[in-house]
Amino acid sequence: MSGTFTTGRALTFGLFVALVLVTLVITVWARRNSGGGAEDFYTGGRAFSGLQNGLALAGDYMSAASFLGIAGIIALAGYDGFLYSIGFLVAWLVALVLVGLMRNVGRFTMADVLSFRMRARPVRTAAAVSTLTVSVFYLLAQMVGAGALVSLLLGIRPGETFLGMSAGEAKVATIIVVGVLMVVYVTFGGMKGTTWVQITKAVLLMAGTALMTVLVMAHFGFDLSRLLGSAAKASGHGAAFLEPGLKYGTEVPGHPGATLAHKLDLISLGLALVLGTAGLPHILTRFYTVPNARTARASVNWAIGLVGVFYLMTLALGFGAAALVGHAAITAQDPAGNTAAPQLAHVLGHEVAGRYGAGILLAVIAAVAFATILAVVAGLVMASATSLAHDYFGQVLMLGRPRESQEVGVARFAAALIGTLAIVLAIFAQNLNVAFLVALAFAIAASANLPSIVFSLFWRRFTTAGAVAGMYGGLGSSLLLVAFSPVVSGKVNPVTGASESLFPAGVDFHWFPMENPGIVSIPVGFACAVLGTLLSRRPADPARHTELEVRALTGIGAP
Amino acid sequence: MVSGTMHRRAVPEPDHAGLGDDPRFVQLRSRFRRFVFPVAAAFLGWYLLYVVLSAFARDLLGIRVYGSVNVALVFGLLQFVTTFVVALRYARFARTRLDPLAAELADTAAGDR
Repeated sequence: MSGTFTTGRALTFGLFVALVLVTLVITVWARRNSGGGAEDFYTGGRAFSGLQNGLALAGDYMSAASFLGIAGIIALAGYDGFLYSIGFLVAWLVALVLVGLMRNVGRFTMADVLSFRMRARPVRTAAAVSTLTVSVFYLLAQMVGAGALVSLLLGIRPGETFLGMSAGEAKVATIIVVGVLMVVYVTFGGMKGTTWVQITKAVLLMAGTALMTVLVMAHFGFDLSRLLGSAAKASGHGAAFLEPGLKYGTEVPGHPGATLAHKLDLISLGLALVLGTAGLPHILTRFYTVPNARTARASVNWAIGLVGVFYLMTLALGFGAAALVGHAAITAQDPAGNTAAPQLAHVLGHEVAGRYGAGILLAVIAAVAFATILAVVAGLVMASATSLAHDYFGQVLMLGRPRESQEVGVARFAAALIGTLAIVLAIFAQNLNVAFLVALAFAIAASANLPSIVFSLFWRRFTTAGAVAGMYGGLGSSLLLVAFSPVVSGKVNPVTGASESLFPAGVDFHWFPMENPGIVSIPVGFACAVLGTLLSRRPADPARHTELEVRALTGIGAP
Repeated sequence: MVSGTMHRRAVPEPDHAGLGDDPRFVQLRSRFRRFVFPVAAAFLGWYLLYVVLSAFARDLLGIRVYGSVNVALVFGLLQFVTTFVVALRYARFARTRLDPLAAELADTAAGDR
């Protein structure tokens, strides 16, 4: 397999370079066609249409983790990968019912909404801390993943060299290149450039996935049952491959306690996924790139359509890879299954047009995956820089009276700073198992951000103390529980004895039995917000809440 | 707003408090809440049911419906269907029942200034 897998390497690399050039042209064009004000930098001038912003939302959301990761989980663990996609999709309904209100009340960030009727400094500080934590964790997972993925996509195996680099060096080089590119997109292109990069990526990703889906279904005569049957047979698990339980909520014979913990962990993950999306900063900042609440709603509807169709197609890719590539060939390339989709492209291309077809389709799909990585990291840097500059610098340090040019300058500097931080952290973490950070980012978004968003909009008596308590309580409890969970220490592979945690085997200080903290930390976040409100010394101002409601529902006074 | 301060108070605010008592606004708010609260409870409950069954009712989900297609897959695909249906219904509801009232109120506010 490895011999044929590397034949297209030159073509793959050429496409990567072409893609980088295209995105840089977009960035330069965006820079030339936008003004230098805060509206331009943070929102791209609020001029995007519903479809454009819908594509960009989908582009921001469908990370390499969902394209390669979910296809890989389905290919190796069957049905359980589908559980992930369903949580990721249903979550958009929460965003849909909130989007119009959020768009009308805020200007650039989530904190604009939260601080509307609160004391700005403590609320914005807490929101900036939470935004940065969520975004940097998510970013770190993407960048570490990018390093490993690009080596795999280029087919650089341990012991080989490419352009004079070993696999390890290529990994570090990838992290640096991806990091520098994301900073360039954001500092030069602002929201306009970043959005067009997202749109380009979303179109490429949908087209590439659709092509492969059609080829897979054609192979099985457009018979879903035949595809599933072949996948189940080739997986070696039989019917269990098509049922939940191989990866999440696994049953441990003779250990009812461990079995229950696994099952509750599945529910915990489901809660974090469905409630986290509406609290993700890089999704929320996208609500402000359109002219009004109606367009914002339309863009979320487009995103639901795109994301839904995409996840349906990943079913075909995942089960297709299980049936046509096979478990052994997938795990030989990457034990986590991240190369299942590119490997499937290789097989499908071969069926259509022999060796050349295999090389070409593999290169195209690898390039799509690369575009996915670039776009998602850019969106995350954009959201963090916006929050740092607008919420912390502009509203906390400068008391809401910065010069606009000054704040935009700080945002550009913040993007460079966060980018550098992410590069350094990712290089340090490159050999650590950080895949859990994505689910953790969703759990924090659900625990720290969602309670305050919901109460700010709907609970008249909600106070500053409640918002601050909710955010720090949700954030703190998620971090604390994860630090003492099996993802950080104490999880070993029962067969090989190798560590599956952040810390090496032998270090074990975990006492929280679940990998995802959501089932505990989300209620804690809501409870802290309620308690903080009930114990407030200063009551809420009901007139200010009426003002928020009028603005949220009618758009009067909205930017 | 090209340069200068970004302070929100720099722009004169419309009379929100007056509109808060406007019967049309009270109706707009009640329409929004009467639709969104039950629908949100319903789709979250429906999703949670699916997740809980995936964890605790595997025998039920393993039943074959047609060929290799089992209840688990049908249930999962139904989540997609309900998501699309809720999204479309909400879009239509907002367009026909919320937007005209909101536009009317915005016109009133603009007339006051």
